[in-house]
Formats: sequence, C-alpha cells, structure tokens
Amino acid sequence: MAEVPLTSLYQELILEHYRHPRNKGELANHTVEAHVANPVCGDEVKIQILLNGGRIEEIAFDGQGCSISQASASMMTALVKETERSEAIRLADVFTDMMHNSEDASPDKSLGDLRALQGVSKFPVRIRCALLAFDALRNALGEGLQIDSVGGTVHSDRSEGETTH
Amino acid sequence: MALRAQFPALAQEVGGHPLVYLDNAATSQKPQSVLDALAAYYEDDNANVHRGIHELSRRATTAFEGARVKLAKFIGAPDSAELVWTRGTTEAINLVASSWGMDTLGDGDEILLSSLEHHSNIVPWQLVASRTGARLRYIEMDEQGRLILDYLPELLTDRTRMVAVSHISNALGTVNPIREIVDQAKQVGALVLVDGAQALPHRRVDVQELGCDFYAFSGHKMCGPTGSGGLWARRSLLESMPPYQGGGEMIRMVERDMSTWAEIPHKFEAGTPNIAGAIALGAAADFLDEVGFDAIAEHERELLSYALERLDDMGGINVYGPTDLDERSGVISFTMGDAHPHDISTILDSRGIAIRAGHHCAQLVMQHFGISATARASFYLYNSTDDVDRLIEGLASVKEIFRPA
Repeated sequence: MAEVPLTSLYQELILEHYRHPRNKGELANHTVEAHVANPVCGDEVKIQILLNGGRIEEIAFDGQGCSISQASASMMTALVKETERSEAIRLADVFTDMMHNSEDASPDKSLGDLRALQGVSKFPVRIRCALLAFDALRNALGEGLQIDSVGGTVHSDRSEGETTH
Repeated sequence: MALRAQFPALAQEVGGHPLVYLDNAATSQKPQSVLDALAAYYEDDNANVHRGIHELSRRATTAFEGARVKLAKFIGAPDSAELVWTRGTTEAINLVASSWGMDTLGDGDEILLSSLEHHSNIVPWQLVASRTGARLRYIEMDEQGRLILDYLPELLTDRTRMVAVSHISNALGTVNPIREIVDQAKQVGALVLVDGAQALPHRRVDVQELGCDFYAFSGHKMCGPTGSGGLWARRSLLESMPPYQGGGEMIRMVERDMSTWAEIPHKFEAGTPNIAGAIALGAAADFLDEVGFDAIAEHERELLSYALERLDDMGGINVYGPTDLDERSGVISFTMGDAHPHDISTILDSRGIAIRAGHHCAQLVMQHFGISATARASFYLYNSTDDVDRLIEGLASVKEIFRPA
C-alpha cells in the first residue's frame, strides 16, 4: 500500500456519522427495501424507502459493519431524503465516480457530507465499504447493482419493484 | 543463521515501515529452504511422477514419495501409505465427507461437530448430510470459547457415526482436548476426524497418541507452499473407502464400463499431484524439526503471554478465548470499543502491521459471542516481542483515532 495519511480516511465527520447515524432504524411505512451484505467482511446495510411517485419521502437504513460502511449509509440517507429518485441515482453515480477516481480533484459539492469519504478512494480495499449503502440504494430503487472494480460479490434480497398504495 | 533472516518476505517494508506479520493463522511465511526446494524441483527434476521410465521421472518420484515418508513420520503415522496428499485441510475434509460419508451415512445417522469449527469442517458435512439424511449436532462452547465436554455423553449416541473437531481453533486459539473426545467417541463406536490446520504448525502431533481416525492438515500454514497438505487415515479405512475423484494415477486397470483402483494412497490421488508442493512441504517439515517443536511452543507461549499482558495494561481491549495459557495457542482475537475490526486492521496496515479482521471463517464462533467480527493477531516462530510492541503502538493509534468524542 502506498503511504497515505490516515487522516484522509478517518475524519471527524465520518466518525461522527458512525457514532450518531442519521435515519437509522426501521420505517413503519415503506414501499421498497433492499439488503446488501459483503460476505467477505460481513458488513451489512439494509435500506427502506417510502416512495411517493418519483420522490423519496422517507428513507432509513439499518446495518452493521465498519465506520466507513455505516457512516456512508448515514450520510447517503441524509442526502437523498426528500429528493427525486432520478436525483438520488445521479448522486450515487457521482459518489461512485469519486470512489474510483483517486485524484485529488475537489469533490462535487452536491455530495454534501459524503465528500468527507473522498479519502477512502486511496484505500482500495475499503472502497467496497463506502459503496455498500449505494448498492442497497440502487437495488431498492430498481437500478441494479454496480459491482465495483475491487471485486467481491454482493448478495441482495431484492424487493420486487415498487408497490403503489 | 538467525531464524527470522531465513524468511525473505519478512525483510520488507510496507508503507515505509518494516513489516510486522501477525497473520500466521491465515498463512505462514516461507523459509529460504522451502523456496529452494520448490526451485530445485522445477530447475532440475521437473517430471511427472510414477510413470516415466526416465531419469527425471525417477528423481521426481523419489523426492515426492520421500516427502510422503517424511511427513508421515512427522505426524507419527505408522505407515506412509496412510498419508494422502491433498490441496490442504479443506480438501482433506471434503475427501472424507464425500468418500466415507456418501458411502456410509444413512438417514438418521449423526455427525457431531463443534461450534468452534472453521467453515471447512462444517460445510462439507452439511453437504453430505443433505444428501444422505444424516443429522448434524454440535458440541457447544463456554464463555471462554472452550468446548463443554460435560454434554458429550448426551451428544454421543448409537447413531453417532463421526465426530469432526478442530485440534486448535483458528478463531480463538482454543486447544481442544482431543484425546478425551476420542475416548468418549470410541465408546459409541464413532470415528473421529481432527482438523489439524492450526495445530501441526505449532506443536508436535502424533496421530497414534491422539487416537483419532483421520487427521487433516495444510502445508501453507506450516512454512510450506500453498496447495500442499494431506489427510492421514487408518489403512483399513482408506482401503474400504471408495475413490474421491477419478482420473489418472488412481487406477489399476481401466476397461470400458468399469475400472479397478490403485493401492492406497494413490487410489485417492487422481491426476498429476502438486509434486513441487509435496517436496517443498517435506523441506518445511525438515525446517520445523530442526528448530524443534519444544522451542517453537515455548517461544509462542512467551509471545502470547507478553502480548496478553501488554493488551491488559493498555485497557479497553476485549480479548476472546481461554484465559489459561495451557488451553490456548498463539492466537489473540479481540475487539476494541467501537473501533470496528476492519478499521483496526486498516490503521495497523498503514503502520506496516498485518493482522486479520473479520469472522475468520468461523461464523458460529462470532454468533456465540454476539459479534460480527474480531481483529486477530496470530504468532509464529519468527515473531518477536518487538513485533508485539509495534502491535501495541498501532493499537494506541487506533485508540487515539477512535477516542470518545
């Protein structure tokens, strides 16, 4: 591994989300959900979403795992809550690009707190951790999974499309 | 020559720091003599075994079978024909589960495992159980990760056909009382398979003293090459068991609709074997014999004792497994507050320290303790108290990063 300062990985904001996660728990009402796990390390993220038309009205996650996977899930839910589905997918794409681009370009401002995870891109074995919540998000939104370049299989329990109510 | 200097891989820097390798329960580093044995085979003697009527094949066969005799002696086997080469412990257990299990087990028969087992001593039995109707039962462990043998008389029944347990737990380092388990298993006529992957690298093993029926081991954890290893089994069992895989090497005569089998151990070694691996595993056994298991065991115990003491002084570290060093091998599985094992491992890696983080292919152990993962540092003969000091410094850094907000 190249010598990369750990401060780029373990920023205060990441530990803060890890210790005080936003939107953690179960939604009483949800229309879609997805559960993904990385069998290699045991990290798990479950996402529940209340979709109204094309809008994410409510979102919650539950899970267990390392600080990166859980902070990423917390930050992601905070960001996509009350956005359009298409915007959430766009943000997932922007975040995924940031993970796969280890250059020091300023991260896209629309990523909010997730920008703190930019340093993860310099730790290839941990990129999978940061992307786990986004795999769950894409899966819940019926967008399929993007298996990142690091490899590893994602097992998911995919709910069958959206249900209207 | 100093012991550590004989391991070329240990002499490197990682991320600008001298490597501290504490992932020995996953695989060991290799001494120069083992690397030389691999190179010598390919450079000088490379030929297929048991068939060529030419000089190189003779040399390869002599070295290959010589390694078998050496390893048989190394584990106290009475007869080298009882040692089957495999890719490692996993294949050895699969061989027994497939061959003996499919041939012998029937509806309602019982296989007794323990909740300490590595997945490789659980899943092969699940596969055979689902195909034969056999039932799996488990010896449970206590709060220190020690098997509770008080339950054995109830768990062993007249339906118990096989008891499959690890000699030493890879996840916790627990040393299991094999002799006691064997004695009780014999009373109900059950066979005993011992997963020796974590034991053979660290202590003198004598399969006859243990009294077991099968002993499985891996070469790569005992200074040998990956893809080398073996299964020891009693001659009568190997002779009665059907072949595991079919192919060349394992037949006596092939006709259109049927074949007859070669003598043991060749009956179980279909195809061209890992010739270089077996020969180099022989060199690994020579290396370990030269160092001596008394010295290895004493050294590892000192490291374990020193490390546990320093971890205890540090505070905030939860160590799993037996507290009595007599019941424990050089494996320390631990958690630290809300610093996840993967975070611990990344922080240590940035300081050139290699440990393992995760469930260690022992999810039943994790479930027992209600956790999803641990960090695991494991020692071998070339580790030093300096390595332990570096580990402790690294963990101090973890503590600093994950200090309470």
